Amino acid sequence: MSNLEQAAGTIDLPQTTSGAGSGTWRYRALSPLALQALSWLAPVLLIVIWEAAAQGGYLSPQVLPAPSKVIRTAVKLTTQGTLLNDLGVSLLRAAAGFAIGGAAGFALGILVGFSAVAEALIDRSIQMVRAIPFLAMLPLVIVWLGVGEAEKVFLVALGVTFPIYINTTLGIRQVDPKLIELGRVQDLSTLQLIRRIILPGALPSILTGVRYALATAWLALVVAETIGAQSGLGFLAMDAREFLRTDVIVLTIVIYALIGVGADLIARWLERRLLAWHPNYGAAR
Amino acid sequence: MTVQFAPPSQSAPAPAVIVNGLRRAYGDRTVIEGLDLRIERGEFVALLGESGCGKTTLLRALAGLDPVQGGRIIAPRRPAVVFQEHRLLPWDSLWRNVALGLDVPDARARVAAALAEVGLGDRLDDWPRNLSGGQAQRVALARALVQQPELLLLDEPFAALDALTRIRMHALVRELVANHRPGVLLVTHDVDEAITLADRILVMRDGRIAYEHRANDSGTIARGDLLAELGVLAAPAHG
Ligand SMILES: Nc1ncnc2c1ncn2[C@@H]1O[C@H](COP(=O)(O)OP(=O)(O)OP(=O)(O)O)[C@@H](O)[C@H]1O
Ligand SMILES: [Mg+2]
Repeated sequence: MSNLEQAAGTIDLPQTTSGAGSGTWRYRALSPLALQALSWLAPVLLIVIWEAAAQGGYLSPQVLPAPSKVIRTAVKLTTQGTLLNDLGVSLLRAAAGFAIGGAAGFALGILVGFSAVAEALIDRSIQMVRAIPFLAMLPLVIVWLGVGEAEKVFLVALGVTFPIYINTTLGIRQVDPKLIELGRVQDLSTLQLIRRIILPGALPSILTGVRYALATAWLALVVAETIGAQSGLGFLAMDAREFLRTDVIVLTIVIYALIGVGADLIARWLERRLLAWHPNYGAAR
Repeated sequence: MTVQFAPPSQSAPAPAVIVNGLRRAYGDRTVIEGLDLRIERGEFVALLGESGCGKTTLLRALAGLDPVQGGRIIAPRRPAVVFQEHRLLPWDSLWRNVALGLDVPDARARVAAALAEVGLGDRLDDWPRNLSGGQAQRVALARALVQQPELLLLDEPFAALDALTRIRMHALVRELVANHRPGVLLVTHDVDEAITLADRILVMRDGRIAYEHRANDSGTIARGDLLAELGVLAAPAHG
């Protein structure tokens, strides 16, 4: 039948040779490579149109500078200005806040996950504090710590603590009780039980928390740096605003976006590495 | 009675577990009441009984997993247990799974020997998710036996396996038990499995051991009697 022949020609059957991600039965008229190219077409087109509009004078540089101008600004600020320094300062703030908030959230999560007494004692308080959007704390944090490094790191830490805490307690609670019972049958010590069964079992959830926390850390940093910073990407943007340098502002926005993507890549990489055993995360093998 | 079958050189058999007057209740619902049980080392005992009669409850009590409300259990500090599900840790390789809780310096060598015994000697560094149901249950058996337990508790370990795999597992278990000689308590729903494997079959009812059968000289236990006692066939009048 000609119908059958036609179908065979247009439906791309999964083949082991055609690389990863080909195991779907969706209708596809194009090869994976072509689809990949297609998915990049729209964003590229958008930038080309933007560039053309700016070059043709339809777009005031005050409103939105041409992409080429942003790139030139990036090069200039990197070679002659303080862009790298500001980027470093911002990353350091994010890292410090993430480390402090992550450690606090993880420690509290472990404590509450393991001890009913600790849960009764502190979980409700944490849940109540969590109900506050952490950015709403900013004015108070400024009153406490002034506008300096401490305030910025604190705000990031605050944003990181809760997702890590919640996902750690959740993960511990979700560990299969049958496996915990197995640990008892095998006569594991409490420490062995935690190390061999509870933490690995809670890890998928904890890493979800890490991924979420990376996003909030970044958000917290942008907000904190927008207010009274003397260095950092946020400072760069606010300083540029004074002089209506939209090219610099757009540049900082793009850098924030790139770092967000980078953070997400790191989180995915962690999941692939640490959860290789997990059918939902591990690299296909 | 057992003594007459034992070779003269063997002194009085050492018990693997002794239970006297056991009582186990969930809240005010008593499941086990006044249960007595004794299993010798090297003896294979099967426990039958209709669903919900308390077989798993008894096994868990013997394993020390649940508190009891009365009576006495004298059991090794650490009986080995194989559950209906394999309960392998998905994040650990097979050898790490078998070595769970094994605190000896040559753990990997011992694990390798145990996995070889269950026919998986070449899969030490493989992962649980790459195993079939029967293979996973064999790893669980290896994990139980590598501890060299005096008492081995099996709660329907073959129930989830297909008939052919189950027959292979029977042969394997018989061989392993013959080599290691722990006392075995096997909970099962399968009358034929019990007859095939056990030296002695217990039937549980009303929270106690209601009937007991010993393999006769030819090593068989009357199937009809068992089915009657389990209430499957028309039962003979009970006192
Ligand atoms: N955690 C529990 N809480 C309350 N009652 C329970 C609990 N576990 C078991 N029971 C009850 O105890 C009785 C015995 O249960 P058990 O699991 O020991 O039965 P079983 O003989 O193993 O049954 P099956 O052959 O179906 O596995 C049942 O009536 C059951 O409802
Ligand atoms: Mg049961």
